[in-house]
Amino acid sequence: MSKKLVGQPIRRREDFRFLRGEGRYVDDIRRAGELSAAFVRSPHAHAIVKSINADAARAAPGVVGVFTGADLAADNYGSIPCGWVVTDRNGEPHKAVPHYPMTRDRARYVGDQVAVVVAETDAEARDAAELVEVDYEALDAVIDLTTAMEAVQIHDEAPNNLCYDWELGDEAQVDAAFAKAHHVSKLELVNNRLIPSPMEPRAALAEYDNGTDSYTLWSTSQNPHMLRWMLCGNVTDIPETKLRVIAPDVGGGFGVKIYCYVEETVCLWAAKRVRRPVRWTADRTEACLADAHARDHLTRVEMALDEEGRFLGLKVHTIANLGAYLSNYATSIPTYFYATLLAGPYATPAIYANVHAVYTNTSPVDAYRGAGRPEAAYLLERIADIAAHDLGMDPVEIRRRNFIQPDQFPYETPVALTYDIGDYEASLDKALSMIDYDGFAARKEEAKARGKLRGIGLSSYIEACGVAPSSLISRFGAGAGLWESAEVRFNATGTVTVLTGTHAHGQGHETTFGQLVADALGVPYDDVEIVHGDTSQIPMGMGTYGSRSMAVGGSAIVKACDKVILKGRKIAAHLLEAAVDDITFSDGNFSVSGTDHSKTMAEVALAAYVPVDFPDDLEPGLDENAFYDPLNFTYPAGTHICEVEIDPDTGVTEIVDWVAVDDFGTVINPLIVEGQIHGGLAQGVGQAMLENGVYDHESGQLITGSFMDYCMPRADNLPSFRIGYTETACTHNPLGVKGCGEAGAIAAPPTLISAIANALDVTHIEMPATSEKVWRIAQNGAAAK
Amino acid sequence: MAEVTMTVNGRQVSRDVEARTLLVQFLREHLQMTGTHVGCDTSQCGACVVHVDGKSVKSCTMLAVQADGSAVTTIEGLASGDTLHPMQAAFNEHHALQCGFCTPGMVMSAVDLLQKNPSPSETEIRDWLEGNICRCTGYHNIIKAIRHAAGSAA
Repeated sequence: MSKKLVGQPIRRREDFRFLRGEGRYVDDIRRAGELSAAFVRSPHAHAIVKSINADAARAAPGVVGVFTGADLAADNYGSIPCGWVVTDRNGEPHKAVPHYPMTRDRARYVGDQVAVVVAETDAEARDAAELVEVDYEALDAVIDLTTAMEAVQIHDEAPNNLCYDWELGDEAQVDAAFAKAHHVSKLELVNNRLIPSPMEPRAALAEYDNGTDSYTLWSTSQNPHMLRWMLCGNVTDIPETKLRVIAPDVGGGFGVKIYCYVEETVCLWAAKRVRRPVRWTADRTEACLADAHARDHLTRVEMALDEEGRFLGLKVHTIANLGAYLSNYATSIPTYFYATLLAGPYATPAIYANVHAVYTNTSPVDAYRGAGRPEAAYLLERIADIAAHDLGMDPVEIRRRNFIQPDQFPYETPVALTYDIGDYEASLDKALSMIDYDGFAARKEEAKARGKLRGIGLSSYIEACGVAPSSLISRFGAGAGLWESAEVRFNATGTVTVLTGTHAHGQGHETTFGQLVADALGVPYDDVEIVHGDTSQIPMGMGTYGSRSMAVGGSAIVKACDKVILKGRKIAAHLLEAAVDDITFSDGNFSVSGTDHSKTMAEVALAAYVPVDFPDDLEPGLDENAFYDPLNFTYPAGTHICEVEIDPDTGVTEIVDWVAVDDFGTVINPLIVEGQIHGGLAQGVGQAMLENGVYDHESGQLITGSFMDYCMPRADNLPSFRIGYTETACTHNPLGVKGCGEAGAIAAPPTLISAIANALDVTHIEMPATSEKVWRIAQNGAAAK
Repeated sequence: MAEVTMTVNGRQVSRDVEARTLLVQFLREHLQMTGTHVGCDTSQCGACVVHVDGKSVKSCTMLAVQADGSAVTTIEGLASGDTLHPMQAAFNEHHALQCGFCTPGMVMSAVDLLQKNPSPSETEIRDWLEGNICRCTGYHNIIKAIRHAAGSAA
């Protein structure tokens, strides 16, 4: 028996091209005769576009054309879609609004695309874009969430700027729980706006081939098939057969590269119009302005408790910012990826959530690492801490007392999900032990002697991953299924090509999927090639987000491998002159049970393509395709605990220890899983302490429009992390995996805020807990004493 | 237009460029060496770090004409044939990269750190990397890789 690769920390094979500077990102690809596009963007948050004069721009050096939304409208380019219909409290669909590729009448956020210049070079396109004269009539900007529903109307289709007023859960049952409560804990909180900021800015390169009337679009996409579907099914009248979308190496996604964007749509159109390839690469300010943003909730949360600290009922009211237009999945994030997670790991019997989702004059808001689930975990863990404080309980004890117990699974929550398995106390206990929770008081005293305020904080989170069971999400309003597909193809020489509809942009699929397939088929790892990111190579796919690649994409690969083995048994039975039922497969060999007769996988593969005497009912070839649609979400969960030390004189918070104990089910490659945890934690720490997407409330200008102003986490902001695992295998996919991509970003904000609040001896501090904010509280605390 | 001549990874190159051409544009657009990346335009992220006359420089913050007559090393010039530079090998060994976009600048910066300080502490590494942003790794494994490359890991 050869050593199994699944479970091993195999070093990534994709590293070598990246380490040598040989990665191929969209901006690295050059096509003969290509032109550059530069966008003219609205400097106003809200304005009527009265006229556009492009005469001077057209006369500028190198300019091939200047185009506006009217030019695209003339070629039947329609609105970019929102693919998820949320039904409001009155049974009405959400108020959909058009989002044309380049606005036709009105600019609705700073950065809204008004015109495009196509020129020989990037510099010439940018220079000429400065010469386009747009006559704007400025309108009042709607920025503040608290007043958005009373402000000037942004879209004719959405009175009061309201997209929907939606609810989930049984309000009467929750009211009854509150009526009999011993105590109600309350909190109003902000979940701050984030600019996702993968290091590679978005880019697109479009090419039109007149001979075949077909297009190729290279895009920084997390899901090339879905992008093609939206472009062909909604935006344009190009048939899917005539558009090839290629997402080559992509430099980070985190959600922001899921969506169909205006800029790539315009490049596609322009490539045909000017009959030359057209490229666009965002600069960082364009990324800050026009990438989809994230989070941005105002929430009031109330928890009803009995004398022993048991949760009786939870009531949540949220205003969620959707921005100026609906990004593709925007409607689903503050609803079905948020309120459905409000049980968390707790057996709260009654839960009610009400969400008002509003339009504002800001960049569209959509999913970013965790997407809705971090917002749910944050408010739950904050209110759990406050409830413990109110009742004089240890924050650990209140969580322990409310956990869903291992014997309660499958556990149906009051908010539409059924958790298959978990052991929340096991993760909590392991984390407490790793950080030496009981020793904290001594560490706090020791820090005090050094003039530092030491705090400890924890969070116990759950998330829904493995996005997503099509039947469930279609009931929630999704316009697409979220299955995944795979094709496993033996070549005649015995090597294996695996086509996956997921897309890797840092996740290491070429390695982890290779481990899976090598084990499943008993072939050398080096003989397995993973192909992704090209609609003309991969039969179908739904891409990568929501920690779905292994749980859904990996399961599809397993299913295709099973079909290959079944077919291989038939071929082996023929070659060995035995019955199919007598052929067993193990470790790369097909054997006749009870004999020493066998054929290797390579021999069977060769025979599949040299079928000299195959019977009529045995097809040549060894190439199988499978679709896998998950039966349920997966539910990773865990407990994170961190300790901080605050310098009260400067407000600087140092994270001095962090333990993360997560249950991701089966781990395929611990090296890669740990990397995912670290990265998620960094983004969560960024949200909690550093990052904030800020618009000026009067002018609507984005204040944080570059990395000079938007505070990305850097090496000196972060600690080294300590990782531990517990494991309950997912019950409903063949690998037992749950997904690990989002855990850190979900667990980190409540963990860190809990620790900072503990250090400062306050119940809450809003994110981001910047040094200034922390310093002011520390100074006030010192003054009070 | 100005003629610029420099040595890039040991090879002498000359091109006529606009005076406003940045060194990173010269490398990417004029020499088609796309290993050096642009991530922020404001000299914050360090995806564009190369070595100019042996020192790490953000190539988005230097004009090509300023590098006239210099010796430039980019990520493409770091390995010796098929043998990775020890820093590149350490990044693979310790999973110090995910999407790979910041990696060229990160590696070039780390190599210069060890030139200046062959045995940096974790704090010294974190301080040095303040000008290199990674969005994927949380820096944990980057720090680990650099410590191992320096032989200074605990």
